[in-house]
Amino acid sequence: MADDQMNGSQILLKALEEQGVDVIFGYPGGAVLPIYDEIFKQDAIRHILVRHEQGAMHAAEGYARSTGKVGVVLVTSGPGATNTVTGLTDALMDSIPVVCLTGQVPTHLIGNDAFQEADITGITRSCTKHNYLVKDVNKLARTVHEAFYVARSGRPGPVLVDLPKDVMTAMGDYTPVSRVTHRTYKPRMKGDINLIRRAVDIMAAAKRPILYCGGGIINSGPAASQLLTEFVRLTGFPCTLTVMGLGAFPASDPLYLGMLGMHGTYEANLAMHGCDVMVAIGARFDDRITGRLADFSPNSKKIHIDIDPSSINKNVPVDVGIVGDVGHVLEDMIKVWKAEQASPDRKALAEWWKSIDRWRARDCLRYENSTKVIKPQYALQRLYELTKDRDDVYITTEVGQHQMWAAQHYRFEKPNHWMTSGGLGTMGYGLPAAMGVQVAHPKALVIDIAGEASVIMNIQEMSTIAQYRLPVKVFILNNEYMGMVRQWQELLYGGRYAETYMHSLPDFVKLAEAFQAVGLRATKPGEVDDVIREMIETDRAVIADIRVDKLENCFPMIPSGAAHNEMLLGPGDEAEAPVSEEGMVLV
Amino acid sequence: MTTETETEKQTTIAVLVDNEPGVLARVIGLFSGRGYNIESLTVAEVNTQESLSRITIVTSGTPMVIEQIKAQLERLVPVHKVCDLTMDGAHVDRELALVKVKSTGEARVESLRVAEIFRARVVDSTSESFVFEIVGNTGKLHAFIDLMEPLGLVDVSRTGVAAIARGSRPL
Repeated sequence: MADDQMNGSQILLKALEEQGVDVIFGYPGGAVLPIYDEIFKQDAIRHILVRHEQGAMHAAEGYARSTGKVGVVLVTSGPGATNTVTGLTDALMDSIPVVCLTGQVPTHLIGNDAFQEADITGITRSCTKHNYLVKDVNKLARTVHEAFYVARSGRPGPVLVDLPKDVMTAMGDYTPVSRVTHRTYKPRMKGDINLIRRAVDIMAAAKRPILYCGGGIINSGPAASQLLTEFVRLTGFPCTLTVMGLGAFPASDPLYLGMLGMHGTYEANLAMHGCDVMVAIGARFDDRITGRLADFSPNSKKIHIDIDPSSINKNVPVDVGIVGDVGHVLEDMIKVWKAEQASPDRKALAEWWKSIDRWRARDCLRYENSTKVIKPQYALQRLYELTKDRDDVYITTEVGQHQMWAAQHYRFEKPNHWMTSGGLGTMGYGLPAAMGVQVAHPKALVIDIAGEASVIMNIQEMSTIAQYRLPVKVFILNNEYMGMVRQWQELLYGGRYAETYMHSLPDFVKLAEAFQAVGLRATKPGEVDDVIREMIETDRAVIADIRVDKLENCFPMIPSGAAHNEMLLGPGDEAEAPVSEEGMVLV
Repeated sequence: MTTETETEKQTTIAVLVDNEPGVLARVIGLFSGRGYNIESLTVAEVNTQESLSRITIVTSGTPMVIEQIKAQLERLVPVHKVCDLTMDGAHVDRELALVKVKSTGEARVESLRVAEIFRARVVDSTSESFVFEIVGNTGKLHAFIDLMEPLGLVDVSRTGVAAIARGSRPL
């Protein structure tokens, strides 16, 4: 045995260190005891002890999304591993780079239905970008390096590495990252310049253009957001963002139309419907964006830029599909645009902006405020107004009405400050995600905009937040209903509120205290500002229980199965035709 | 531009993959998870030195679906290469079947006669049965099996399609 040999656990930690990992979110157990023993003996990597493995996954996602680095999770075999499945799927849907290390029973017991054994590589094959089972300690370092490479390269995503206990105690050789290259996985970064030229020609001839941009821009890095901003201002084209893309373009810019999609703005959706040239950048024509496919932007030429070739022509056929990193492609596009001195039809563009301004004048996010009850939109507007002057505010959300209201009313100027479960729609995402963000940015103001139903799904993480004294703020829009489900029941199921009202919710103020946090409550509009101020000023974790209007609905809304020009703008706005049977089966 | 109403077309796709555990499950999981058809699938190692396997998949779908299938296959990390043999010019495809026929008398003689026409070989024989080995494209195998049906067909085992492009170019 050579002197420089190490055991598997030491090799693992050395590989993590070489990958620049400074924090792991994890939960120990039998199969990972050797790894935890090595964690105990070192202090290069910090371990955050969560209260549930799902919490570790979302925390790693929050960490990754707010830093641009790979989030790391370490859990034990069996139930520890299976508890990560929701988080892995969430990270896959939203293209978030996470490496999940799972313990496994010793290799000789694999397949024997051993205690706490689960075939986690089998289970997670379809909810990870890739996964590995390490059976040879000499391949461990290489596999870990590969896992990080795969997680962060191309379209990022979760990668799982399954680590049998005997491999973690066996002695073996370390392979430094410099000696690891991947045989097959080499994503294309630069776009085809001829296609970029064609795209620029189409854009330069546009009369009613729109740029529709998504999370791919955030994933490409802050430079891509700057390039996008430069390109939008260079062209004078209107720009709309998906829920995943918020922050990729400054919300304060007059060229910004707000979010698009099911709960997007009137102007963004009508511009999508009526445009003659659509440029989709780092977005994937999700069903929440397109509405009824047959009527999706029927008269436009479509250009699609995406790093994932399988995103192009998946839901919507496009005229020009450019495969590449959006940052690189935008850079080239700006160069070509300038070199060709592209000059779009300014007159037509001015007409187009006039139409857009007419749609904007409808002020689709308007709501009837009240002096008696707190409107959720009002609470969020106040939260925005009282925090907007700080540049260290990070917002996470749970899933539901509050999430859509937050997306509509909280305005982001920069990327990486907005973390929400967009693709999977995971209730219980926001609290652990906020925890991960706060670990990465200890001094920042991290707020989980929550619903009372969602936040309970991972409320145990309040205990982690207490242990590490993380000053996370939980801003609950409490309407005692699963609001979004209730809204659909109201609009589509004759107001039969099956199982969407929650009796016996906890007293969130007392709950906060039980978790060594500060509990605050607002029940009247006049109290909202004070509660928000106190929440911000408190240097500990806070749960703010904002008792909002129980039956408020989230508008605008494109009913499922409808087209962009069939939006419902508010309570008085009935759908022209009842939702079709086809629409009813859609989620 | 392609549309959903375009007709479905049969396509043969060759995929070169790392010969590692789980790689076939990844490919099959992709087809079942996304609702694509598999009409035939074969896999075997083709390069021991570099540990590469070749998977041949016969599938069908609209041009948009076929394009999606290829892009999804290319996205799998252990995949080296995806090649649409149907689209990229002419190719040869072959399948082998073992066909067991149980019969006596006239039917037994007839089965041998048919086998001769199809250039099938007898690889096992008892006083009341034959096992034929037949190689050809899928259509030829179907025709042979159909003819054997009334002659006492009791069992069929098929390899699935192996395919390769015509001409001198490798995959």
